[in-house]
Amino acid sequence: MFANFDFDVIRRSLAYLFFDGMTFTLTLTGLSALGGLIFGTLIALMRLSGFKLFGRIAGLYVDLMRSLPLVMVIFWFYFLVPYIGQWLTGSSRPIHVGAFASSLITFVIFEAAYFSEIMRAGIQSISRGQPAAAQALGLTYSQTMRYVVLPQAFRNMLPVLLTQTIVLFQDTSLVYVLSIPDFLGAASKVAQRDGRLVEMYLFAAVVYFAISCIASFGVRRLQSRIAFVH
Amino acid sequence: MNYHWNWRIFWEPAPSGTGTYLDMLLSGLVLTIETAICAWIIALVLGSVVGVLRTLPSKAASWVSFAYVEFFRNMPLLVQLFLWFFVLPEIVPHSWGLWLKQLHNAPFYTSAIGIGLFMSARVAEQLRAGIGSLPRGQKLAGTALGLTTAQTYRYVLLPMAFRIIMPPLTSEFLSTIKNTSVAITIGLVELTAEARSMQEFSFQVFEAFTAATLLYLLINIVVVTAMRLLERGLAVPGYISGK
Amino acid sequence: MKHLPMIGLALAAVFCAGQGNAEELTGTLKNIKETGAITLGYRESSIPFSYLDDNQKPIGFAMDICYKIVDAVKKELKLDKLEVKLNPVTSSTRIPLMANGTIDLECGSTTNNAERQKQIAFTNTHFLTASRFVSKKASKLNSIDDLKGKTVVSTSGSTNIKQLTEANAARNLAVNIIAAKDHGEAFLMVETDRAVAFVMDDILLSSFIAGSKEPDAYVISKEAFSKPEPYGIMLRKDDPAFKKVVDGATAALYQTGEGQKLYDKWFMEKIAPKGLNLNAPISPELKSEFAHPTDSPDPDFYKAM
Repeated sequence: MFANFDFDVIRRSLAYLFFDGMTFTLTLTGLSALGGLIFGTLIALMRLSGFKLFGRIAGLYVDLMRSLPLVMVIFWFYFLVPYIGQWLTGSSRPIHVGAFASSLITFVIFEAAYFSEIMRAGIQSISRGQPAAAQALGLTYSQTMRYVVLPQAFRNMLPVLLTQTIVLFQDTSLVYVLSIPDFLGAASKVAQRDGRLVEMYLFAAVVYFAISCIASFGVRRLQSRIAFVH
Repeated sequence: MNYHWNWRIFWEPAPSGTGTYLDMLLSGLVLTIETAICAWIIALVLGSVVGVLRTLPSKAASWVSFAYVEFFRNMPLLVQLFLWFFVLPEIVPHSWGLWLKQLHNAPFYTSAIGIGLFMSARVAEQLRAGIGSLPRGQKLAGTALGLTTAQTYRYVLLPMAFRIIMPPLTSEFLSTIKNTSVAITIGLVELTAEARSMQEFSFQVFEAFTAATLLYLLINIVVVTAMRLLERGLAVPGYISGK
Repeated sequence: MKHLPMIGLALAAVFCAGQGNAEELTGTLKNIKETGAITLGYRESSIPFSYLDDNQKPIGFAMDICYKIVDAVKKELKLDKLEVKLNPVTSSTRIPLMANGTIDLECGSTTNNAERQKQIAFTNTHFLTASRFVSKKASKLNSIDDLKGKTVVSTSGSTNIKQLTEANAARNLAVNIIAAKDHGEAFLMVETDRAVAFVMDDILLSSFIAGSKEPDAYVISKEAFSKPEPYGIMLRKDDPAFKKVVDGATAALYQTGEGQKLYDKWFMEKIAPKGLNLNAPISPELKSEFAHPTDSPDPDFYKAM
């Protein structure tokens, strides 16, 4: 069955796969998670704020991002971002945006919707006594958020946030649709060039599996160590 | 912005000769729905079986289902589809592989099964959580009444567990619909693929994608409303999910 | 990250737009002068026009022509340094990426036709080729009608897939058309028997056959889907100043013997990465086009030359 497979192709292309492909994937994952978390927290705060208008806008945004397939959003942003850049900076031509920047913007904006729901749950799970005590101490809204509520919410939701990051890591493989060179893209380029589909795709599957497995195992260990403090 | 808008493009004939561009998008929509429903049926059936296995006292069942769930959860859907579509036909005996490759609707079957398997792991986890959230007394009462394990699950645990997990199952179904777009990579010409085709033939990028976006939002609203009605229809009065 | 400086530079350049220049530059030339960089779109498997060699660097006939254009732009704008950025494109992303400013020149195997000229512009033609299909000799497919009821692949976004779609409808062939992301993937489908035929420009088909594991197993159809159509390097529409520079560079290249020399380098000699020799002598139509460069999209125009 495995007679005429050439697994050496994996060894020959390891450098390209990992130095170009995997660094792209991991950098994209890391930066998108960070950006998505920050932006998502802002959206969550908007939703939970007293102002109805903010709440509505944030709600619409979250619903929109959660109803669309990620593939569709990737297409939208790849073609749209330069025009938005042109509009934002008032230049006469669309702004040049490379593949990485476009993917980063896409994932930050898309994942922010999911992170915002997680943070919203986290913020709502903090007992009312906390912000009340903060107010009694004379802290302003932003001080309350910054020093009392958000740190606790973040700590409570950390396992869920990390799980979402693992999902994000897997989702980055979808930039394949635009031939953007992430890890899977690199593997399929080698596969198509050398005609070695089986070897490369099996290898890619094993690598993704290993990384996700180790990461979720780590999150489970973390989960058992973080106790819910109420 | 030097982009030529042309909203009339939807009524212009598509080069595939099968009608207008709008017809192209609608045929993609139909295929999306068909694939999603087939995948969902597979996911529900397999997911329920695995979910139940997870909660059985038997260690072997627990381990098998744990491995199943971990296998499908730790690989991106795209990679899984590639394995089924590109790798499988090459590692089975040559004549089977050839039959698989020449199958006329290969992308459809592969996506339905591939997405179905992927989602089944998530359904299994939801069901496990649902069963786990039931009071322990339920199972004990079942045993006390003389019901076998199978009967306890069938008549006592599962009916309530499914009602409890209806909201997360709704979002899993919506996820299934969204995941059909990943099958564009193995040649399934569903809604996103048709939008892309339309963009390539007519160069009207934004019109094509706006239409596809609106259609996805429409599907979303329909599914959420339908599931809400179903939930209300199946609710047990007085129980937590009954409202 | 290596991209932050680029984004910062681009934004800074845009904000410095107020600085006056001796001559009024517009459009792409203005952009290039301000950012000090030009972006070329390249293909990954359009041998020998634009493809990746063993070190994943884009090379090819169209790439060389583009570099000559870059030299001309550098001279025109009197720049000491002009950074050349490379951006991969596929048949389906090249036009949107040109329109939205991601690339300034597309150096590949793009067919120049009247419909596309509504969205983008082309410079002088660098090749002429007709649309045919490749299949395994064992499948015994000779004409387009033989494709009836079969699974045929082509590359999404190409003129070939459009011609295939139209022929399918016009001749009632009930062909199952698969759209592949790029040429390499499509040819692989024929190699692995997933599709019986791949419809593409015949020069690209010859290159794929030559580079495959068993070149003798394949045959290119005699019947064509189209007349020989021109390839052109793409640039943005409504940008006359830039077009003038590009047209001037390509015309100079073709009319002096250099165009012929470049042609021979890629079509009559061994090329990377496997050292194949395509052995495709220049056609009389292309030769006369080199003598009188044109960007006409009409195939009949070249026949009459």
